[in-house]
Amino acid sequence: MGDGTVPLVDYLVLGDTPHLEVAECVACGAHYFDRRNACAACSGTEFTTVALPAEGELKTFTIVAFAAPGVPVPFVAGVVDLGGTSVRANVINVEPDADHVTLGMKVRLATYSMGTDEAGTEAVGFGFEPLS
Amino acid sequence: MFNVANACATGATALRTAIMAIRAGECDTGLAVGVEKLSGAGLLAGGSRKEDAANWTPSGRYGAIAAIDGRVGTETMPGVFAQIGMEYGHRYGGTSFELFARISEKNHAHSTLNPLAAYSKRFTLEEIMGDLMIAYPNTRPMCSANCDGAAAAVVVSGAKLKTLSLEQQRRAVKVSASVLTSDPWEEGCQVLPNVNTLTRNAASQAYELAGVGPEDLDLVELHDCFATAELVHYDNLGLCPEGGAVDFFQSGATWRDGSTPVNVSGGLESKGHPIAATGIANIWEVATHLRGEAGDRQIEGATVGLAHVIGLGSACGVHILERSAA
Ligand SMILES: [Zn+2]
Repeated sequence: MGDGTVPLVDYLVLGDTPHLEVAECVACGAHYFDRRNACAACSGTEFTTVALPAEGELKTFTIVAFAAPGVPVPFVAGVVDLGGTSVRANVINVEPDADHVTLGMKVRLATYSMGTDEAGTEAVGFGFEPLS
Repeated sequence: MFNVANACATGATALRTAIMAIRAGECDTGLAVGVEKLSGAGLLAGGSRKEDAANWTPSGRYGAIAAIDGRVGTETMPGVFAQIGMEYGHRYGGTSFELFARISEKNHAHSTLNPLAAYSKRFTLEEIMGDLMIAYPNTRPMCSANCDGAAAAVVVSGAKLKTLSLEQQRRAVKVSASVLTSDPWEEGCQVLPNVNTLTRNAASQAYELAGVGPEDLDLVELHDCFATAELVHYDNLGLCPEGGAVDFFQSGATWRDGSTPVNVSGGLESKGHPIAATGIANIWEVATHLRGEAGDRQIEGATVGLAHVIGLGSACGVHILERSAA
């Protein structure tokens, strides 16, 4: 937060090369986006922090046209496979229709400004955009 | 008296609770009731987004500084289950908007024979694809019908059954398997709910317990909370070879005149999905066919049927029922 920015979620690392990070179970390699006391896969209790690659493949998606009040639609929600780790995210910087968003398409992490609060801190969100 | 709440698996859980009490010898008769008042409840998940706070303050499991529904994917059920069907398409190929819409077309056609269905009108493929888009590829008629509903089942021990009237014994249906599973941790299961593994586990346990296989089933009521969900459960319940759900559906197998009729009630998309009642309503549907009392929609000569539900969180209930020998 020192440079006046704050990420949308803890696991988004900002800076020169924005990326996502996970807690990796030392015993079995399972990945978690939140803090864990113990691993849900093997009960291990030791974790290290690992950076995920910024590029991956869109393994599934939906185009949400009807959402809760206050949520702007349409938007593309999906799951991106980042080198074997599944990540939930929006697909951004693309027309939200089935001609432009396709299963298996290559995507990369992209960040965007969510605005600045009263203290002058800028929030930064993330999504994945088509590679080409 | 137990009150149970297990999301969309509530009814199946109530029935299984009664069955377990009888098996344990605690009683010889049980009544499982599922009731839901759902009209107008809307999306059920992904609550309204409030104004962002005056100051960005991290909170919650992910240290989020603002609401994440709509910013980090979707939490709404039509969108979650859309992704579950699309993921199957990514893995095995062959899916399309039209394919998923055709599944819905089948269930809406089936319900025209069911006087208790929420919708009893047939929708054409064009009407389904042209209806209000909720979460691609699920349009409104491809989503479960929000409705009120109730269903009940009486279960008795074998010894108790022998004391009942011959007519009651004739109408009795045998519970050959009653299974409830939870999902093990697997990669990605906390990113997108995995409704596959626990259904596969429940199905294989149920077939083993009942001594029947998927090829023996005369009808199946499965959890088509969305058209995209029905497709994956053909595979999860072993109705088709692994990866073969698209071909299986396109063969016509799951229409009421096919080899494995699926959701002849109209399913959740058309009969409706009163959540806590669903896991007993599907038991009633199967039992009604096994008794030969399903009227115009009777599957002739039905002797074995399967009922399946999924409750996110996750729980999967599978019951296999057989016509009484009496
Ligand atoms: Zn582990």
